[in-house]
Amino acid sequence: MSATNSPRGFLAKTISYKGGIGHWSWILHRLGGLGIAAFLILHILDIFMVGVSKEAFEALLFIYHAAIIRPFIWALLFGVFYHAFNGIRIIIQDFWPHMFKYQKQMATAVWIIVLVLVIPLIGIDIMNLLTHG
Amino acid sequence: MKVTVKIQRFNPEQDSAPYWKEYSIDAEPTDRVLDGLLHIKNTIDGTLTIRSSCAHGICGSDAMRINGVNRLACKSLFKDVGTTVTVEPIAGLPVIKDLVVDMEPFMEHYRAVLPFFINDDPAPQTERLQSHEDHQRFDESTKCILCACCTTSCPSFWANEDYLGPAAIVQAHRFIFDSRDHGTAQRLEILSDPDGVWRCRTIFNCTDACPREIKVTQVIGEVKKEILYSKL
Repeated sequence: MSATNSPRGFLAKTISYKGGIGHWSWILHRLGGLGIAAFLILHILDIFMVGVSKEAFEALLFIYHAAIIRPFIWALLFGVFYHAFNGIRIIIQDFWPHMFKYQKQMATAVWIIVLVLVIPLIGIDIMNLLTHG
Repeated sequence: MKVTVKIQRFNPEQDSAPYWKEYSIDAEPTDRVLDGLLHIKNTIDGTLTIRSSCAHGICGSDAMRINGVNRLACKSLFKDVGTTVTVEPIAGLPVIKDLVVDMEPFMEHYRAVLPFFINDDPAPQTERLQSHEDHQRFDESTKCILCACCTTSCPSFWANEDYLGPAAIVQAHRFIFDSRDHGTAQRLEILSDPDGVWRCRTIFNCTDACPREIKVTQVIGEVKKEILYSKL
């Protein structure tokens, strides 16, 4: 019999399964969580640099200000908001199981709320980039 | 109509890895995928291995991944799944051959939740009566046919084969909320294990995959709440 649950096999199953909005919400929730964890490590690293030297700290700051990096910051922004609001949706559905019949509507609402919040913030950031460089 | 059926084949005794094989068949729009698979096996390629018993959506033996989603082949019509159909074994259980998986790990989890009536009171002269309202409490979970569509659509189960899985939790729910049963505390203890209900991430694949339309995620949610409130 074939081996089944290796990490590679898990990823293949996750990507190939054509689940509904719940499946893709879960994937996005996890990606958002990974993004937050990665940023947290970076943040700890740059704060640590303050203790090393002012130059080292400022050298690392280019990461946040470089135009080429901004799309990653926007993705992180989306990930943070998505993780937060989708987390609230899951909490609601875990504590009030009868709300499960509204799963698709609630998952769609999370998308709408996050986009309404994130799009203007990205717009403001682009304006800042264009005016201040 | 012409239908192309693309099947994932794998014989562990001969093949080093699964591979895809295409078959072209004639089918009516109202034919089931199971009819197509049996036609392939009976007239084109006798080496194809599938499992099927009642062929009417009751026994749950022909669960498979059809066009990327878990379904019963006997309840999937070609007019619904299209003229190009991909068929794979359900994921997360060892493949014995082609579309047949070893159900033993699944059944092991099923047995772990004590899926039988527990009541040591002396048997009454008549039936153990129950109100309609009390029965409605667990009516949803009595519909399960143990096809494994739910458990093998669950990413938590793909990641950790020790996770009891949605089907076992549904079976536990059927007895936990039965007013005549006295084994609730035992089952809640089993389900509160790290590999019990808490591995559920409220993904809803199980609910979408269930051929009996059981609200699986809601059922699991009710068990989670029962465990939480029983500890408060």
